[in-house]
Parts: sequence; structure tokens; C-alpha cells
Amino acid sequence: MGKARRLPTWVPTGVVAIALFVAVQYLAQSGQISTYWYRVVQLAGVMAVSALGLNLIYGFNGQFSLGHIGFYAIGAYGSALITKDYVSQWSGGQYLALSWMMAAQSGVLLLLLITRVARFASWQRRAREALDEFLRPSESGILVLVPMVLALAVAVAAAVLATMLLQRGLDAGLTALLGVIGERAGQNVLFVLALLNGGTMAALVAYLVGLPLLRLTSDYFGIATLGFAIMIYTALQNSDMVIPVMKGARGMVAIPQWTTWGWVVGVLAVVAVVMRNLVHSTTGRAIVSVREDEIAAKAMGIDIAQYKATAFAFGAFFAGLAGGLYAHLMSFLHPSTFNVVKGFDPLIIIVFGGLGSMTGTLVASAGFAMLIEGLRVLLPQGFEDWRFVLYPLMLLVVMLLRQQGLLGTKEWGWFAAPRPRPREKPSPETAVAEEI
Amino acid sequence: MAESATIAESILDIRDLTILFGGLRAVGDFTMSVPFGGLYGLIGPNGAGKTTVFNLITGVYHPTAGDILYQGTSLVGVPTHRITQRGVARTFQNIRLFQNLTVLDNVRIALNTSAGYGLLEGVSRLGRFGRAERHLTERAQELLGVLGLENRQLETARNLPYGEQRRLEIARALATEPQLLLLDEPAAGMNPTESESLMELIQFVRESFHLSILLIEHQMRVVMGICEWITVMDFGQVIARGTARDIQNDQRVIEAYLGKRSGKELGVYAPSS
Repeated sequence: MGKARRLPTWVPTGVVAIALFVAVQYLAQSGQISTYWYRVVQLAGVMAVSALGLNLIYGFNGQFSLGHIGFYAIGAYGSALITKDYVSQWSGGQYLALSWMMAAQSGVLLLLLITRVARFASWQRRAREALDEFLRPSESGILVLVPMVLALAVAVAAAVLATMLLQRGLDAGLTALLGVIGERAGQNVLFVLALLNGGTMAALVAYLVGLPLLRLTSDYFGIATLGFAIMIYTALQNSDMVIPVMKGARGMVAIPQWTTWGWVVGVLAVVAVVMRNLVHSTTGRAIVSVREDEIAAKAMGIDIAQYKATAFAFGAFFAGLAGGLYAHLMSFLHPSTFNVVKGFDPLIIIVFGGLGSMTGTLVASAGFAMLIEGLRVLLPQGFEDWRFVLYPLMLLVVMLLRQQGLLGTKEWGWFAAPRPRPREKPSPETAVAEEI
Repeated sequence: MAESATIAESILDIRDLTILFGGLRAVGDFTMSVPFGGLYGLIGPNGAGKTTVFNLITGVYHPTAGDILYQGTSLVGVPTHRITQRGVARTFQNIRLFQNLTVLDNVRIALNTSAGYGLLEGVSRLGRFGRAERHLTERAQELLGVLGLENRQLETARNLPYGEQRRLEIARALATEPQLLLLDEPAAGMNPTESESLMELIQFVRESFHLSILLIEHQMRVVMGICEWITVMDFGQVIARGTARDIQNDQRVIEAYLGKRSGKELGVYAPSS
């Protein structure tokens, strides 16, 4: 080789990440940046988490989703319900919201598992055939539907029963566990559980919504997910009819303000690591192959439905985490934060940074937050609203000059694909075809 | 018509295959058997329905009638990716590479199903990940080596010259570990010398990977040299089958290719109707 060994790529990337974290932390604590700008920086981090999720769905998997804000909202309200329960016991107990949410998710997972094991797909086909028979006058037919309906009823009952049993156990377990480890640690553990629950709720909803929607292609999928986002928005506005503490259109208040810069960076780091590892594994390559050419991917043995669902669920999970961080940063949630227009923010970020580039998304998230707020400071008094003219103009220019975004699909440092080692022993078969 | 194509040991058995697109009978009562280890040619003029047969075998289309038996089990109604996993790989007439990915990743994607590690191991980099990933990469490099593309592995697929893109398609198909390889006009757009060496490559691949190959070709001359058996189709139907020699002298084939008047130049020039 002769060349000097290069530094492993995680070293410079890690150094930059730690330096950024420490710098912001220091500047905020020594009072050199205002609490306002401190919050802007934290929001940029939250944005980055959500935008990474959308980039996985749209940039890497090629599924044009406009429903990302819906998953963000689910994560925000879901985790807020849990932590608010902890501080104000709105449900009548400290951990009831958490235990119910975990149990309900387990119940749905169980139901999915049962239907998977019971091979409902083939049952469906048989049922459809039976229905056809039934409509054409014939004596048998409809009887085939009976076992299917019975099996479905049993599956639902089993899931509901499991949910109820699990909820009791979880509530008792959580009370005992969090009681033992003390106030401060207990709060942190609860926060982690709340964030994770917000994320898994969003992922589960994404999976279920994705089952019918992911069959659609490109624009049709975009419109359908837009419909999903509007549904979530409307549901949130009327949420007080089901859960009074969500307060519907008046906005949910008094959510504990637990998100700090450390939490933001921590979650962002975990998400970035998970996503980077995912992208550079067989799963990630399969996800990208779906974007590149669905027909060729299928011909290579890739189950494209499975990988679309995986990318969609992971992307929604990240959005849910980001929503949870947002809720505990602002301590106030209002449905208008999650309206469809707001949903374009992560889309703008990923297109600006480069579809299919994690580095681009991270840079663009920071840039986007700084730009919007920076223009507020730079513009003369009374002209602040012009920033919503200036930044779209910049978008227009960027799109005209550089459609692939800042970075295209390029990655920097540790985010780039690891360079494959050249093979040690070339086989004797090698290079027979060189002459063609 | 010489019935030399009645082979007992066949890897692929197509029986009375029919598909209607609206009122159009794209393929009608199509019957064919590909023997184990055989190199079988499917030829015919443009629009004869050759690619439609491939799309039916690989589950892209579902037949209106008839059956496709692969090693004794039916492929009708099986999803495309499962058909590939069972050992039927294909290439495409109009090259369908993963354009924006590296040559190496194109092959690694095709190796996915035999990777030997799952989602969680991929995300956490624990367990079998390191070993399996290294093995996967080496296997991909080995395949690229066989097709003379190893020094191109970090190149973006769309930047390869045409002939290399064709070879990459073959490498990618081989990566799925097929027993039956379907090649859709691999020599399209190549000059006679190029297509000749491509046919040598196909021969070589068949022997070293122990494959059965079904080859679609538009130009008759290309397949005459290497295919043991040939089926000729026109307007969705079989018009002749047999060895290369049988085909060359078959009056209906000559008519299909050249019209009714002359057959002298058969195999030299095939008009694109």
C-alpha cells in the first residue's frame, strides 16, 4: 500500500459533534447567547431529528410523504400526556397514561402478530371468492366467511384482554420501579419512556396507515398522506372531547419543560447513529433500491412492500421523538403548530440539504432555523414579515441553480458509506470477461 | 417440425400459457420446456411476445390461462421477489440498474436475501453484522471479478459504458444465486464482435455457475451458435422449435423473419418489421 493509515471517519465527525455541543452549552451558560437564541438552537436540533426521518422516507426510500407533521404531532401529544400525568396526575394516577399507552401498543402489536400468523391474506382471498360464489346463487360460499370472522373476533378479544392485563402489571411495575430509584433519576427514566412511547406510537400508526397507502406511488401517496396529516390536525382540534386534558383547540398547557440542549443532542446523536447504520446495512441498501427502481428491486428478490413499511415506520419514529422533544421544550402544544403548512418545514430542509444525504439534512436544519430567526434580527423594524418573502426567494434560487440540494446524495465523514476493503485473494476465474 | 424438445428433465415447464391485454392476445397457448443445464433460445421478430413471456415467468404479469412449472411447482400467482428467491433471476432488455448507486452496491443489493443478518444487527452493528457484511462484500467483489468489473466497483452504475452495464446486470442476476437465468436480449445494441464475445461469456457463466439459461434474442444469428434448443415465436405463438439447424430450414420461420419471398439471407439480416 505505502499510504499512511487514514484516521477512522468517526473521529473527525465525533469531534465536530462534541465541539458543537460543548460550544453551545458554554455560550448559553456563560450568558453569551440569549435564552431566545438558545431555544432557536435547540429547535434546530429538534428539526434535524424530524427531518432525518422524512429524509429516510422521501430521500432514501423515494416515498413522497406530506404526512410527516402528523407523526410529529402524535409524538408530541403522546409523550406530553405521559409526563403531564407524572407531574399533575390528570388521569388519577402517576403512571396510568404511560401504562395504558404501552399496553395498547402491545395489544395492537399482538393483534398484528396473530393476523400475520393466521395468514389472513389467504383467508381474505378465500373470503372474496366465497362472496363471489354467494352473489352468484349457490348454496355454499358464505360459510367460508364464518371461521374468518370468528378468528378475527378471537384475535381482537385476545389483544384487548392482553392489553388490560398488561396495563395492570405495567402500572404496578412502574410505580414500584420509579418509586425505588428516586425523584431525579425517576424523572429522567420517565422522560425517556415518554419520548420512546411518542416515537413508537407514531411508528405504529405509520405502519398501520402504510399498509393501504404504501401501495400508492409517488404523487398519489403524497396526496393520501396529506389527507392523513389533515385528519390528525382535525382530531387534535377536537381532542378534548375524548381526553379533556389535551384541551383541543385551546391548546395543551403545563407540560413539564424537561428538554435541554443535552437531551436534544443526545436524541439527535442516537437518531443519527441509528440512521447511518441502517442506511449502510442490507436493510438500508434495499430501501434505497426501492427508490432507484422498484421493478429491478423486485427482480433482485427484494420484498419492496416490507422495506417501504420499514422506512416509513422508522421515519415516523424519528418524527415522534422530535415531537416529544418539542413538546417538552415549549411546554405548550397547540394544534396550529401541526397544521399542514408547518409540515412543509422538514420537506424544505431535506430538499435544500439534498435528498438522500444525512449530512445535508443536519446542515440544512441548522441553516433553516438560523435563517428564519436570523432574518428577524437582520431586517429593520417593521419588516420582519419580509423574511417569509426572502427565504422562499432563496429557495427558488437554490432550486434553479442546484436542484439536487446542497449536498445531493453526498455524505461527509462517518456518514459516508464505509470504503470496502479490496479483496485479498482474487479467484482464478477473475477477469475472463475483460475483453468484451 | 422436429420434436427434439421433448425433454424429460426440465427445470422450467410452460404449458398453454395465455395472456390477454384487453382484446389483444399477447401470448397464446405458449408451451415450452427448458432442460436442466440447458441453454435455450427464445427468438422471434419484434413484438412477438418474448419479453411478455419473461414477465409472465417472473410474476410481473399474471397469466389469463395456463401454468408455469419451475422444478415441478407452479409460479403462477407467486410474487416476483419470491420467484427470484426460489432461483429464477433475470436481466432486462432496457437495462435497469440502480443507476445512482455504486457498481458494488448494485451487486450487494442482489445478495441481500442471503446476507445472514437482520435489521437489529444492522442498526446496532452487533452480532453477525461485521462478519456477514465482510463476507457479503467479498462475494460481491468476487462476482464482479468474474465479469471483469472489479476495478469499477466504486464507480456509479450510470457512468459505466454500455457493455459494462450489460455485464453488471448479469453479475447482479448471478448474485441472487439463481438456478435458472433469464436473459432478455443481452446483445441488444452490440456489434457482431461484441455480441460474439458476450455469447462466450454466457457459455462460461453457465458452466461455472451450473445454470440453466433461457435467452431471448431478436437477431437469429446471435443464438444459432450457442443455443442447444430454440423456440421461435411470432404474434404470441410458437411457430417452430428444435435445434438451430431445424430452425434455419423451417419455412415458417423464414417467412416470419423475411416475408414470403426469400430465405437466403436468413441469419444475416433481420428486419425490425
